[in-house]
Amino acid sequence: MNDRAKEELKPVANESGIEVKPLYTAADVEASGGMAMVGQPGEYPFTRGIHRLMYRKQPWTMRQYAGFGNPADTNRRFKYLIANGQTGLNVAFDLPTQIGLDSDDPLAAGEIGRVGMSVDTLRDFEVAFDGIDLNKITVSLTINGAAAILIAMYLAMAEKRGYDVKQLRGTAQNDILKEFIGRGTWIFPVEPSIRLVGDTIEYCAEHAPKYSPVSVCGYHIRESGANPAQEMAYAFCIAKAYADDVIRRGLHVDEFAGRLSYNFNIFGNLFEQVAKFRAGRSLWAKIMKEQYNAEKPGSMWLRMIAAGGGGGLTFEQPEVNIVRGAYYALISALSGTQTMALCSYDEAYTIPTEYSARISLRTMQLLIEEMGLTETVDPLGGSFYVETLTNQMRQKMEEIMAEVDAQGGIVKLVSEGAIQSKVSAQAYKMQRDIESGKFRKVGVNCYRNEKEEEHPVEFHPYNEEDTRVQIAGLDKVRAERDPARVTQALARLSADAFAGRNVMPALVDAVKAYATVGEMTREMVKIFGRYQEPIRF
Amino acid sequence: MMAQKSVSTTRRIKVLLAKPGLDGHDQGAKVVVRALMDAGMEVIYTGLRQTPEAVARMALDEDVDVIALSSLAGSHVPFCTKLKPLLEANHLQDKLWVIGGNLPAQDHDALRRLGFTGIFPTGSKLDGIVDYIREHVK
Repeated sequence: MNDRAKEELKPVANESGIEVKPLYTAADVEASGGMAMVGQPGEYPFTRGIHRLMYRKQPWTMRQYAGFGNPADTNRRFKYLIANGQTGLNVAFDLPTQIGLDSDDPLAAGEIGRVGMSVDTLRDFEVAFDGIDLNKITVSLTINGAAAILIAMYLAMAEKRGYDVKQLRGTAQNDILKEFIGRGTWIFPVEPSIRLVGDTIEYCAEHAPKYSPVSVCGYHIRESGANPAQEMAYAFCIAKAYADDVIRRGLHVDEFAGRLSYNFNIFGNLFEQVAKFRAGRSLWAKIMKEQYNAEKPGSMWLRMIAAGGGGGLTFEQPEVNIVRGAYYALISALSGTQTMALCSYDEAYTIPTEYSARISLRTMQLLIEEMGLTETVDPLGGSFYVETLTNQMRQKMEEIMAEVDAQGGIVKLVSEGAIQSKVSAQAYKMQRDIESGKFRKVGVNCYRNEKEEEHPVEFHPYNEEDTRVQIAGLDKVRAERDPARVTQALARLSADAFAGRNVMPALVDAVKAYATVGEMTREMVKIFGRYQEPIRF
Repeated sequence: MMAQKSVSTTRRIKVLLAKPGLDGHDQGAKVVVRALMDAGMEVIYTGLRQTPEAVARMALDEDVDVIALSSLAGSHVPFCTKLKPLLEANHLQDKLWVIGGNLPAQDHDALRRLGFTGIFPTGSKLDGIVDYIREHVK
């Protein structure tokens, strides 16, 4: 063998640690477990898709993350995106809102409206969604620590506008366990945080049965350093922890599992991602059927948003991120997602401008209108490579889940900081591999421009005036509301939290009385305490 | 004076790495912690949501050589504006102040004026951060 041939046959493994061969045949599919788990789209185990006709019947929902400044600013951006063909909303909140602080809290100074819109009371939701038809446009709230409060607020807002809450669709992120691993907008300790997630699932199962109260996020675990197989396996462990909490309350799995949804990440090897989603769909279906005795097909569906992830984008040569985003959208379509979103090309610099958000939207629309991605279900199904890899990824995920269970379960591992430490060690290794050139990133460690531009993107401006306007609005609501009703509602919230009752009815009541996010959070902190972050390397 | 100097050149560099404000993005901060530890430095990582007062107090109590911040959610200038007088009041102006994260070029002059001489925007190399600290610790 000459040197060139030896070089070509150097072993290659994907990020999940699966060896990749130069050629796959039917024998590889057979050796990896065969086609037993493939089935038909719309049928158990749903490897090829949760619906029979998938995009032929309805293309994916397009839901760019958006929100900044005051609710009025955000309302204008929402309407701009909808006018440009966006079919769902994904609401970004500022950090004070996300961790339960009012806009006039000293800790919120300098953060109002910076990375999302600020919300203090129901009045802010009334403004943010004014003129938007909540039956036509489904709304996803990217909120976790304060999720129970904001779900209550969304339901109250819809009810006030005359919608039938029983028919209302929409999603809240509300995945607190991943928030302890990455992203960091926790408020309460681990156990009461899981209880609050359980409260929202239980409440919605009865009062808002079409609303998805949780979107379990592999996405941010991947951003924190997990590989694609870990991303999905850890997300399933987390979803099981929430399901277990609700089942302990006496609900049957089929009463709520159909409204659990997922949020996954896309960057890296195309085939590994596609196999991840195909494998994940069948594994989740198997878990729900065999471990939870689910009977309704909807309880077994891995319903998801698959989003082109910021972790794959680069600070260097940001315009090349537009192309990366296009490939991520392609992967997302080939993976059979229900909803799609893309981090915009300027994501490493700033929250998206109107211009960059529109490019992301057009990228997804190209796939629908020009590329034929909606015509045929699971177009990569049957490929020797993809079917083999799908089997191997499923086995990998099962191994990772078994390892978590053997070590005491996801709640224990997250509480101790063990998962955080593991993924952060992987992130460090990846950063070293990128800096050494072992893991190639275009524009970062290869194909660098001789002269990189200094100011390659236009910045979304931060408006200091927003803070003054927001606080003035909050003061006005406080002056106009019925203080006795607020006091009474907060007392009920406190009593229900203390007694271990579901806090959602009390939260809905408090929200309707125009209690503030900060007031409701403080009542619950008094009972639940605050999370203390484990520092472990 | 001589003895003190020889102690300071042989002892391990001690770094306080803080996550200022409400920002929850800690992947980068934790990667930098590991890089500094691998380079033989002693690192105190604060975890999330540190106030300027907390950062100044820990820097004083722990007697660190380097005060490092990691900020990705855009509030670096207001935070450093509050932190500077607190560090000065604690007589920590002779320590090395560095900052990393999502730091647009247009803010670098403001950060330098606030005393943050080492600025490491997204895309900076780990070894570059280590070398800078080694060269500039007084």
